[in-house]
Amino acid sequence: MVSSSDSSATALAELTVVEAINQALAIEMERDERVVVFGEDVGVTGGVFRATDGLFARYGEARVIDTPLAEGVIAGAAIGLAIAGWVPVAEIQFLGFAHNGFNQVVDQLARVRYRSAGRFSAQVTVRAPYGGGVRAPELHSDAFEAHFTHAPGLKVIAPSTPADAKGLLLASIRDPDPVLFLEPLRGYRQVKGEVPAGDYTVELGEARVAREGSDVTVIGWSAAVQVALQAAEDAQAKGISVEVLDLRSLVPLDVKAIAASVSKTGRAVVVQEAPLTSGFAAEVVATIQEEAFFSLQAPIRRVAAPDVPYPVQMLEEHYVPNAERVLEAIVATTRD
Amino acid sequence: MSPKGWSSNAANPESTADVKKAARAASARLDGVRSVPMPPMVKYLDQDGELLEKQSMSDELALEGYRVMLRGRRFDERCVSLQRQGRMVTLAPGIGQEAATVGAAMALDATTDWFVPQYRELAGQLWHGYPLRLAFLWHVGHPIAFQVPGDLNMLPFQAAIAGQLPQAVGLAWGLRLKRARGVVVAVFGDGGTSQGDFHEAANLAGVMKAPIIFLCQNNGWAISTTVEQQTASETLAQKAVAYGFPGIQCDGNDLFAVYATVREAVTRARNGEGPTLVEAITYRLGLHTTADDPTRYEPREMHDMWVDRDPLRRMQLHLVSRGVIDRSGLERMEDEVKEELRVAWDEAQKEPAPDPSYYFGHVHAAPSTRLGGQLKRFERDGPG
Repeated sequence: MVSSSDSSATALAELTVVEAINQALAIEMERDERVVVFGEDVGVTGGVFRATDGLFARYGEARVIDTPLAEGVIAGAAIGLAIAGWVPVAEIQFLGFAHNGFNQVVDQLARVRYRSAGRFSAQVTVRAPYGGGVRAPELHSDAFEAHFTHAPGLKVIAPSTPADAKGLLLASIRDPDPVLFLEPLRGYRQVKGEVPAGDYTVELGEARVAREGSDVTVIGWSAAVQVALQAAEDAQAKGISVEVLDLRSLVPLDVKAIAASVSKTGRAVVVQEAPLTSGFAAEVVATIQEEAFFSLQAPIRRVAAPDVPYPVQMLEEHYVPNAERVLEAIVATTRD
Repeated sequence: MSPKGWSSNAANPESTADVKKAARAASARLDGVRSVPMPPMVKYLDQDGELLEKQSMSDELALEGYRVMLRGRRFDERCVSLQRQGRMVTLAPGIGQEAATVGAAMALDATTDWFVPQYRELAGQLWHGYPLRLAFLWHVGHPIAFQVPGDLNMLPFQAAIAGQLPQAVGLAWGLRLKRARGVVVAVFGDGGTSQGDFHEAANLAGVMKAPIIFLCQNNGWAISTTVEQQTASETLAQKAVAYGFPGIQCDGNDLFAVYATVREAVTRARNGEGPTLVEAITYRLGLHTTADDPTRYEPREMHDMWVDRDPLRRMQLHLVSRGVIDRSGLERMEDEVKEELRVAWDEAQKEPAPDPSYYFGHVHAAPSTRLGGQLKRFERDGPG
């Protein structure tokens, strides 16, 4: 569901994902004086991907803050800032480095409400680009989402389009609980789309049917959605009608949308960039098994990276799932 | 102090040299020459409670401080006893460290300032306003003990060593951004200074000039690990030098010394001059936790040396010698504290057990569809 509090939201502009994110940050900083944006290089330079471009000039050093290079205290300080009454939006430059602050994100931020039995909450958004395919150095490309979806209390959002990135980021910042907002690194500039101009939110926990189809459901999130859409197009040429479900939100998970789509098609392929074992696709597969088992006409298939660490640049195209591999899985599931 | 049950094999011959080395190191910590320029250690009371120099706390306030130290001591002793009877969960008593935490809390204005604990500073938390009833409930594993009362500027207990420090810095930084009057005292131990969270927090605090006092209770032990094993730094206070703000040692078993040192740091913080690291030199006279057996590692001589420096004993000698209180007054105070504990423990025991579904309640502001479904199933079928 998209809700708009501004009639200008209907005007559309063609934006990249990173531009849409920048717009959301600007809108929210303007709307809510409690919002502070901080992290490594988010200030004067506007972020290494320019996601925070222009914010420093407009809102100044008190609200757009370059921090020391230390992910633990970036995430940890966000908790304290929230308790002091601010609405922190922290940037982790690449998700791979969030592990330096893993305790503060998973054991602390996620549990603020729980471990204080409701006395405190953490209206905190931690933004982090993630995922592969941009020829980045080691640990800049890993799809580590499943490390964070296993932390009760933390919402994990992973949009694929500019319009969703904007609406979901606005919803995340306004959400009373902590959100890890995963941004598709590969899609930052590659993916363009029409984005409503004004202030609107996309509800957390609602998947989106990115393409309607009737034979097979392909489920993905973040950059994998573009791969799934390409594979769906290729499958169409082979006479297979593919529905693509963009989860958008991993936690909370839209169980209903998954069940509805798979109940309709009877076949499912789940795509993740991360290594196969214990990836988030396993959670989706288990959910389908619980919710739509009797509709299944074939085993559910997963398309994932192999269980090896993310490789260096010359090898990465052989690692990240591509449309060919997804198409193979689609075709195979129709033959099972 | 209840006796610790020293066994004859506590110190084998080989460790005698280690004992002497550790004792030397401990006294070097207290009196030693420094290779990093440091302010002298703050100390007002000698071992027998005599004032070495004039101090500023009034007799009335000193007596109140002593009362809360006593409350903390008797609470811990009572809880260790209840734990031994199987009526409490594993707990970490703060016996011997009451002056360090109460002195720091006394330097705060509880209406504006925050006390951020680790888990061994209950005496200081009692001064700041945490109710005894909740303290008892903490030790029986009741979740509402973590629900800091709404008007109390305090974070819940923290099990992850130094995990509270980045949050405390964020809080202090946030207060400064709001131009609020408040400052933050964040408490941790000697072991905590080895954690990345301590270093990241101290570094950010220095950069942001956050109004925070890092109160390191150097109690000599991180479970069985000595300070000498923890760090090659001569002092823990000097670590502040690297982060661009003052570090200072005080006698952590001297209520006046801790109070004066933290009060000065609070003044600096309020004036926008940034953080201070206070190393309060104290000693854990009790156990790490009730699951610990210090006779496996703690030289008895060292323990005995610190029994003589007991902060309660020194304060009591001081108050009596000044005529602030007499023997019968002390006895009356003991009776009053005993009664307070009895009442609070009775109240705690009357607290209804948490509903089994309680833990669903505070995960998110509103449960997701999935969590809501789990709750429904839980209420119908139980956790299976």
